[in-house]
Amino acid sequence: MKKRVPVTLLFALAAVFAITSVSAEEAGHPTIERQPWSFSGFTGQFDRAQLQRGFQVYKEICSNCHALKHLDFRNLVQPGGPEFPEAAVKALAKSWPNQITDGPNDQGKMFERPPLLSDPILGPYKNDQEARAAQNGALPPDLSLVARARDVERNPSWWIHPFLMLGDIANGYQEGGADYIYALLTGFSDAPADFKLVEGKFYNKVFPGHQISMPPPLSDGAVAYQDGTPQTVDNYAHDVVAFLSWAADPSLDTRKQIGWQVILYLIVTTALLYLGKKRIWASIKH
Amino acid sequence: MGAHTSTYVPTTRWGKWFDERLPIARVVKNQFIDYPTPRNLNYLWTFGGILTLILVGQIVTGVILAMHYQPSATGAFDSIEKIRRDVNYGWMIRDFHSVGASMFFLAVYIHIFRGFYYGSYKAPREVLWILGVLIMLLMMATAFMGYTLPWGQMSFWGVTVITNLFSALDTIYNGLGTAIVEWLWGGYSVSGVTLNRFFSLHYLLPFVLTGVVGLHIWALHIAGQNNPTGLDLKEPSDCVPMHPYATSKDAVGIFAFLLLYAWFVFFLPDYLGHADNYIEANPLVTPPHIVPEWYFLPFYAMLRAFTSSFLGIPLGQYAKLCGVVAMFSAVIIIAFAPWLDTSRIRSSKYRPIFKWFFWFFVITCVSLGYLGSKPAEGIYVTAAQIFTVCYFLFFLVIMPIVGLIETPRAMPRSITEAVLGKGGAGLPTGATAAPEVR
Repeated sequence: MKKRVPVTLLFALAAVFAITSVSAEEAGHPTIERQPWSFSGFTGQFDRAQLQRGFQVYKEICSNCHALKHLDFRNLVQPGGPEFPEAAVKALAKSWPNQITDGPNDQGKMFERPPLLSDPILGPYKNDQEARAAQNGALPPDLSLVARARDVERNPSWWIHPFLMLGDIANGYQEGGADYIYALLTGFSDAPADFKLVEGKFYNKVFPGHQISMPPPLSDGAVAYQDGTPQTVDNYAHDVVAFLSWAADPSLDTRKQIGWQVILYLIVTTALLYLGKKRIWASIKH
Repeated sequence: MGAHTSTYVPTTRWGKWFDERLPIARVVKNQFIDYPTPRNLNYLWTFGGILTLILVGQIVTGVILAMHYQPSATGAFDSIEKIRRDVNYGWMIRDFHSVGASMFFLAVYIHIFRGFYYGSYKAPREVLWILGVLIMLLMMATAFMGYTLPWGQMSFWGVTVITNLFSALDTIYNGLGTAIVEWLWGGYSVSGVTLNRFFSLHYLLPFVLTGVVGLHIWALHIAGQNNPTGLDLKEPSDCVPMHPYATSKDAVGIFAFLLLYAWFVFFLPDYLGHADNYIEANPLVTPPHIVPEWYFLPFYAMLRAFTSSFLGIPLGQYAKLCGVVAMFSAVIIIAFAPWLDTSRIRSSKYRPIFKWFFWFFVITCVSLGYLGSKPAEGIYVTAAQIFTVCYFLFFLVIMPIVGLIETPRAMPRSITEAVLGKGGAGLPTGATAAPEVR
């Protein structure tokens, strides 16, 4: 029994530090705050309405430059995502401005056709070179994995580090990518007076180097929500980041639901095995 | 222990017929049911079973992944996304495999630290220990090549950095290092060719690993298990049959470990990885920080500790070579522990000085891991250099000297005495399953 005390103490300390230490992070880097995502943590799930609004923001704003090549239109219908009605997505695919290059046809020619449900959601550019030519040399990245391909770099003191890690592990928090993109979308401002901004670039407080080629994409009232959600940059950013998080991890809802069943099964089995082991060893001092 | 008398008696004619031709049931009965295990094993001894299970799990999930994976520079990244999105439960199989690599190393490091604490490397277990080091080397090679396969940015640049290490041999013999590197790459840079050969080897090595694990278990069953007292098995009451005693305890350990494993698979599949690996490999863009997976960080820290000067000693053009030598030596030196440790006492329980140095070694390894994750600059480099010295000091100075100067604590005569106290030899009534049959 004596040996268990330090372990318990360690976990208690970890919990305390995990809660209090976020403010103790080193200055210098702009702090990227954690957002109250519905899908973060070990119980988090996507909010259907938010995913639908997020897709609307993507469609009306982001899709002007960015593709979602790992996502097919059919994914918008499937359970765990925005779950739009199939007919609506079929119509959407048909009217999607960025066509699929198919072929060759029986004349041996490639041709353009509107996407089907089984086709990827493409952006306006056929390739990176075309994108760079149109975007003044900048390449708008594909967004289907962006929420997992970014993270928030935290530089706590070495003695806080393990407690922060334990806190995140205990909470099941791995939404750094979402936090970063939210901070990026809301991080545009005028450059400080002493900052030299390259022509055609925009100041962003969280983007590495603070100069980004993307103009501020969101502005209040730019997307007309149908469900009465206030049309603010803050809401747009939250919604589109939630949508991109789903795009990067479409199995999140199922994953966590199955996860709980697995964890429950393992807890019960471990407990039963422990009782069985105690019984087997009952007559043997060890 | 390997040669204890067999108690297997076939009960059917067919069983007798088969036993005379291939005594596989006899071996299982002798080695995995009746096999005498020390009665005082704690839960740290369940990690062997845990590791075996993870190895099997990695092979099963790996074989399924290979059915859907495309080992080519243009197809690899997309095929992993297809697995995650379109293969039935593909995300789960993929996450079990990628998190499994981390869990494998976590378990193996605990297993090795246990070996250090209880002196499991000492006679007569030297061969067992060396086979263990060989297993760790094979695991490292397999994990390194496996990490290449998603063909993300960190995969690509990790391979570039690590394979480039061999070019350090150019400082010994001009052109030798470059030749080796090009031979590894199958070209003049890391490319789809490299990916293909790494995939092939990543599929092959786990089976080699399984073979060495077989030898490791064989050697274990010849020497017998060590135990928290480090004493040899002397009397029948020192041990209990493997089944149901050790097996019931192993089962608890395995399921408790699976709990941690499942937590990461289902709630934190990305936590142990790196975000940059969700960006497809691009030879033209170098990520700002190239960091290996967490389980390589201590070795990575030692590699990078050798900058143009090491704690004031100028290294000049040999800096890289020294780093590479240090990194590989750090693994190889573990194999020499049986001869570097001069103490005849196995368990640190009875070694008042070595016990502290064991924790010194643990802190050294963890600190190196932390420093490996930090950029190689300023105070981090100096700290990494100091801890690199500490790491080798542990093996080359502390292990031999402490064994010579240390006065061990009074030790019980046997495991039974350690458990029951003096005069308490023999098993209490009711423990009929104990192997008096020996």
